[in-house]
Amino acid sequence: MQKFSALELFRQGLSGQSGWRPQWRNPEPKAAYDAVIIGGGGHGLGAAYYLAKQHGLRNIAVLEKGWLGGGNTGRNTTIIRSNYLFDESAALYDHALKLWEGLSQDLNYNVMFSQRGVLMLAHTVHDVQVFKRHVHANRANGVDNEWLSAEEAKAFCPPLNIQPNMRYPVLGGALQRRGGTARHDAVAWGYARAADALGVDIIENCEVTAIRRNAAGAVEAVETTRGVIKTPKIGVSAAGHTSVVLGMAGVRLPLESYPLQALVSEPIKPVFPCVVMSNTIHAYISQSDKGELVIGAGTDVYTSYTQRGGLHINQHTLEAICELFPMFRRMRMLRNWGGIVDVTPDRSPIIAKTSVPGLYVNCGWGTGGFKATPGAAHTLAWTIAKDEPHPINAPFTIERFRDGFLIDEAAAAAVAH
Amino acid sequence: MLLITCPYCGPRPELEFSHGGEAHIARPEKPSELSIEDWTQYLYLRANPKGLHAERWRHLHGCARFFNALRDTTTDQFVATYKAGEPRPTGGAA
Repeated sequence: MQKFSALELFRQGLSGQSGWRPQWRNPEPKAAYDAVIIGGGGHGLGAAYYLAKQHGLRNIAVLEKGWLGGGNTGRNTTIIRSNYLFDESAALYDHALKLWEGLSQDLNYNVMFSQRGVLMLAHTVHDVQVFKRHVHANRANGVDNEWLSAEEAKAFCPPLNIQPNMRYPVLGGALQRRGGTARHDAVAWGYARAADALGVDIIENCEVTAIRRNAAGAVEAVETTRGVIKTPKIGVSAAGHTSVVLGMAGVRLPLESYPLQALVSEPIKPVFPCVVMSNTIHAYISQSDKGELVIGAGTDVYTSYTQRGGLHINQHTLEAICELFPMFRRMRMLRNWGGIVDVTPDRSPIIAKTSVPGLYVNCGWGTGGFKATPGAAHTLAWTIAKDEPHPINAPFTIERFRDGFLIDEAAAAAVAH
Repeated sequence: MLLITCPYCGPRPELEFSHGGEAHIARPEKPSELSIEDWTQYLYLRANPKGLHAERWRHLHGCARFFNALRDTTTDQFVATYKAGEPRPTGGAA
């Protein structure tokens, strides 16, 4: 791997930046691997990286049906936070946040992780009570979160409208200062480059079409559009398509796939210092380093695999944005798109073994998987390597639905669903 | 926005409707006699097909009645809508 550094940049400058090599190889798939990861987004590439780095599995491959980071990794609004209510969730998401804090150094790749703070607005008495409960629960779990009055919220985010004559006036907010954003593509590319350097084969344009199982029921190979690949272990990180992939092995999961939309504005000078979310009126906004306002909308009401959705969903979000930030009322939106998110009944993920030996799954992240990328990748790699979960992902089983141990962030959640 | 044909009122915009999840799931006659696996399946496991999907809709801001629809989740195109209680239509693409 060609290490990135200021000195290297200077050195390449002397030769007109002509000495840079591709950041990862483009190998042909081998006939067999010790493990195969299905899905070349941040979660899957990260799992391959941690498998190689921490568990010594070097003969592994990541299979991606399209291009790296072309699914939800490239379609989300890049918000990172860990202020979830329940102990299990706080442990999982804060595990990810701690990994984010050292990720650029770990990967020797600038993922542009920016802890600019995530401010979640309260608009009703109910919101205030719920958020204060979150603040206390988070602090008891060692996760930073603090309550701001409306005036303090405005001081933290000056564009915010706190006039009392709004339809849903701002009564205050919960602020996680360690939260923020990261550059989504860089996360996929950084993991890909680091995994490749450890010998991981990253194979794009390779769609899995079937999973073969042996007489004992365990996985033995995947059939792909680029041939049959033997492997005793398969990790699936396929987001909205998890049901489709797991269906190839006869495994049903409590998942439904919905379109989730986002949009960006034309780029402008820096005006927006943090991330602001409002669950109650459905608005998620930050400003990218390129200058675009990055705005998250809600899910459509119906299940779909189309990676698009209804325009009225975006309009609903923009109405809320214009009310909260009147200065953006005349801005033009540049692009909008959708991603397919896999939603569980309790809105908590599944990172677990399945009923099929050798088949592991990381799914159910719903509307909020990007923030968990390093944590999901790390615990999935652990689960694959040791054939048992890490203590952090141990509660996030498939069986929790059968056994009544739901981690019900759907009711408690800090995000709108 | 989808244009949805309510079997009672005709074609109306999506905003008038609410979505009711997978269709044709009957509540078990005797829940207490169900195995834990069957109960889990009834409560939590839903078809999530990439292709034709039978689902419930409710014309909330219209006649307020439930009905079922057959929709292709790869195109969002409705193949058929039909009244609750009627069997899933056969045919349609794929």
